[in-house]
Parts: sequence; structure tokens; C-alpha cells
Amino acid sequence: MGVFQQILQQMINGLSLGSIYALLALGYTMVYGIVKLINFAHGDILMIGAFIGYFVLTKIGVTPGTLIIAFLISMPLCALLGVSMEKICYKPLRNAPRINALITAIGLSFFLENGARVLPAIGPNPRVFPTLPPVTHHLLGVGLSRVQIIIFAVAVGLMLILNYIINFTKIGKAMRAVSYDKGASYLMGINVDRVISFTFALGSALAAAAGILFASAYPQVEPYMGIMPGLKAFIAAVLGGIGSIPGAMLGGFILGVAETLAKGFLSSQMADAIAFGLLIIILVVKPAGILGKSIDEKV
Amino acid sequence: MQSERQKKTITSIILLVLGFVFLNALVAMRIIDEYTTQVLTIGAINVVVALGLNLISGFTGQLALGHAGFMAVGAYTTAALVMKLGVPIFPAIFGGGLISALFGLLIGLPTLRLRGDYLAIVTLGFGEIIRVIMINLTEITGGPAGLKGIPPFTTNFYWRPVVSFAIAYLFLVLVITLISNLLKSSPGRAIVSIREDEIAANAMGINVFYYKMFAFTLSAFIAGLGGGLYAPFFGYLSPNMFNFQKSVEFLIIVVLGGMGNLTGTVLAGFGLTYLQEFLRFLQDYRLVIYPLILIVLMLFQPSGLMGLFGNREFSLAGLAEQVNQLLFRKDPAEKAGEK
Repeated sequence: MGVFQQILQQMINGLSLGSIYALLALGYTMVYGIVKLINFAHGDILMIGAFIGYFVLTKIGVTPGTLIIAFLISMPLCALLGVSMEKICYKPLRNAPRINALITAIGLSFFLENGARVLPAIGPNPRVFPTLPPVTHHLLGVGLSRVQIIIFAVAVGLMLILNYIINFTKIGKAMRAVSYDKGASYLMGINVDRVISFTFALGSALAAAAGILFASAYPQVEPYMGIMPGLKAFIAAVLGGIGSIPGAMLGGFILGVAETLAKGFLSSQMADAIAFGLLIIILVVKPAGILGKSIDEKV
Repeated sequence: MQSERQKKTITSIILLVLGFVFLNALVAMRIIDEYTTQVLTIGAINVVVALGLNLISGFTGQLALGHAGFMAVGAYTTAALVMKLGVPIFPAIFGGGLISALFGLLIGLPTLRLRGDYLAIVTLGFGEIIRVIMINLTEITGGPAGLKGIPPFTTNFYWRPVVSFAIAYLFLVLVITLISNLLKSSPGRAIVSIREDEIAANAMGINVFYYKMFAFTLSAFIAGLGGGLYAPFFGYLSPNMFNFQKSVEFLIIVVLGGMGNLTGTVLAGFGLTYLQEFLRFLQDYRLVIYPLILIVLMLFQPSGLMGLFGNREFSLAGLAEQVNQLLFRKDPAEKAGEK
């Protein structure tokens, strides 16, 4: 395997990992764009989504068809979870100092993780996620596994749907309006509360999909599995420009590729540090992110 | 007014020394048993770190989630200074604080320049990464198995709890004095003004970035001191002692006591440390109850316990004044009331 093939191989691995980050980063960026809150519990929704997928797939077996059923069950359930989190915990704090909402988000994240840990059905020990039998295609001396194809296809498909919702539907227009100016959209008769709930639902559904994809790629589920992908997806969102939807997609792919390249050519323990190094660099060089606009705060 | 302030200072110092002697006498005579002493010492260390966190999160209004990481830096630095370089324990603890402050400086420089919540996420990442680094730096830290055989404060078996407690008490008093005096000074007012309204503070000519850096570095220093106390007290360090959960525990102490209130942090710190020992049987459920406390507090009582008492601070001099009035100088109105 030549150096070229090796790089190409890592690029493919990176793009498949990156599409998971991108799905998760979309949730961060949409919520941040609309309520200016870092939803720390977003990574844990990935975990819940993966566990719902796990229960469905162990119950009915794994075929491409049941995989679709797993998505169809896990995504709405997590959307529901996201909306109830917003209604119960974040909505009462919308006018409180920002640090209060942040602390609540940390509390929620911690609650979901440890709640899952003490639930007898889940428990602290990692479990093997049921996957399709591995099939690997070879192209130009580069391996492309079936899981990677599924990840890529599902992620791109969901992003296209999201793009359609945001740019071509009425609720999408409302979302853009609210993120642009909440007060003015309220005055224009937009039901801001409904838009915020819808945003949480959308983001959580994407996180659930990311959870099943993540668990298929690294076939293991455990209560703390959401922390690291969550942090990295946040970094991806900042990298692309927080609040910007194409930015989140771009940031996710960049971070995924950077991480697999670091894993392949440096060391696997460096991969986590690389992500945070990237965050520090972007905060120093261009805090608004690659596609973000820097807006001065108005008084 | 100068003499009034001096009088207050002298009263406070006398009361502190009395408290110090009294508590240590109780410990030395084993009226407070060894177990309780240990809990009290851990409580004092926890309060030190939590006070550091309160400085940046409660008073400056910037959420930091990596104080266990700073504590780890302080603890391992102190241990390394004592074990590898033979530095005496007191300078070693301060050395731990200084290295921790250096890390704070490095993290603060890129993140505090910006408005918004980047500090939370960067400190969270720092806390996780420092743990990975500790696991891999086997040379200094002993790796995942941990670092054993850190020399304790004293080798004398009988006096060890007394000395440990006395040193923890001393540092606690030092940190409380430092922070409460800082808050009454001009930089302290600047720090609080940033929490209240960053834009307005900036417009008033306060160098927001400078004071955020100042508060964060000092906060990291204090957390490092806490870590430095931790190392010789336990005699054993492992990277997993300083995980994210630990950082959240400090946050809970600060939030429960009341953000921006020193008295609350001290009370909640000792209270929770004691409860933690008491609730050992709850095991994993503790980890579910803690975040629930955070959420419920934020939703219904965001100013914490001390918010119930008008967010006032406890002061020794004030207490002495009140006792004094009650005993000797009853004012006419009260006397009239008695009849």
C-alpha cells in the first residue's frame, strides 16, 4: 500500500467519521443559532439514540430493513426527548443569565449519562452493538466497507432533507427568521416557542441518527459514549462557524478527516488533543469560524 | 474609619486564632474523632477548590468546567516537587498552585478574549486532556496505576490528623481572606462588574479581557493549591481521581451555596463533603441526584442557599460586634422593649 493509497484510505475513513460529527454539529449549531445556548446534553442524546437502536436491533435482528426501522423508531423518540428537555429545563431560563442555562445543560447531560448508568436495562458496562456482517469493497487498492457507505449515504441524505426543510418550507423560513432576530420575528407573528421546540426536535433526531451510525461504526454502546463525540461535534460547529448550517457540515468533515489523519500518521492518543488544538487555533485566528459572520454585539 | 477597619481586622484575627487553637485542641484530644477530622480536612480542601471556582464562575460570571484538571496539575506538581526534587512541602504546594496558574493563563489567553461560552467547553476539554496526559506521562505520574508513596505532612502517626487539619484550615483561611479582600478592592469591583454587564463594564473603561484573565488565573492558582493539599493528605494520586465528575462536584458546591457568595460555598462545601460520606450507600444513585440538584436549583432557586438569606456574607467581625451589642451595649430601643 503506497503512501497515496494510505492517505486516500484515511480520507475515506475521515469522511465517514466526519459525516457523523456533521450530523451532531448541526444540532449544536441550530440550537445555538436560535437560543444562544450550548446544549451540553446534545452528545448524550446521541447515546440515547444509539441505545434505542440497540434495543430495536437486538429484538428484531439486523438486516438493512430493520436498520431503517431502528432509525424510524429512534429518531422520533429522541426528538420527543429533545423537546421535553427544552420545555422543562431550558424554556423557564430563557430570560435568566446565560450561565444558569449552561449549568442546567451540564446538569442534564450528567443526569442522562448517570441515569442511563443506573437503569438496569442499560447499566455501566459496554455492550456490543449488533451490526450487519462486514463487507468490504476494494477500489484502487483502497478498502471501503459497507458500514462506511451506509454512514455516508444516511448522513448525506439527512443533510439534504434538513437543507430542504430549512430553505424551502415555511417552518424553515421561521427558523431562519428567529435566528436572525428573535424579537422582530415575534412581532411578525411567528410562534417563537414552537420554532424553538421544532429546532430541538430536528437537532435531537439528527443526533439519534448519528448515534446509530456511530454505534455501527464502533460497535459498542455505553452510557458515556456521547461525551467525546459531543465535544468534538461542538468543536466542528465552532470550526465551521457556530450558527451556520453549511458551516457545521463543513466543520464536521474537516474535523473527521483531521482526526483520522492524526490517528493514522501520528498516534491514536493524539487524536483527541488534535481536535482541541484545532479549537484553540480557530479561536485565536478566526473566532467566527470558517463560514460564520462576525457580528458585533448590539447594546 | 481607618481605626474601625483595623479594629475589625484585629477582632477577626483573634477569633480565627482562637477557632484554630480550639478546633485543633479538639482534634488533638480526639474529641473530634479521626474519621470526622479526615472528613473535615477533605471538606476544607474541597472548599478551597470550590472558592477558586466561585471566583471565576460566581463572581466573574464565566462558567469553567475543568477545575478537577487544575487540581490534578497542582497535586502532581506538588508530588513531583517533593518526591523528585526534595522541595519542602509548603513551597511545593505553592509551586503546584503556580504551575496550575500557568496552565490557566495558557487556556485563558485564546478563550477569554472572546465573548460567549467558549471557556466552558475549552476548560471541559482541558480537564479531559490533562487526564489523558497524566496517564501517559508515566515518568512523573506513575501512569494509570497512580502515584504512591507521597510523603505525608508528618510521619508521626498520632499528630498526622492534627497537622493535616491545621494546614488545610490555614490554607482555607488564607484563600477566604484573599478572595474577600480582593472583592472589596478595585480589581474585585471590576470583576463583579463584568458579571453584571460585560458591555457596560467595557464602556466604563474596564479592561474586560485583563480582569477575566486575572480572575481565571487566580482561580486556577487556588485550585492548584487545593490539589497541592490533596497530594500529601492522601499520599496517593491517580489520574481518574480528577475526572469530569469531580469538576461537576465543585460546580454543585458553588451553585448550592450560591454563586457569588463565599459563605455559601464554605457551608455547601463542608455540608456536601459530609453528606457524601454519609450517603456512601447510595453509590451510583448519588450521581443521578447531584445533577438533579443542579437543575432544580437553577430552575427554582438560582441564587442558592445563601440567596435565601439575602445573599449576605458571614463576617467574624460582624459576629463579634453583634455578640458584643447583645451582651454589653444594649441600645436604648431594645432596653425599652424589655420593659
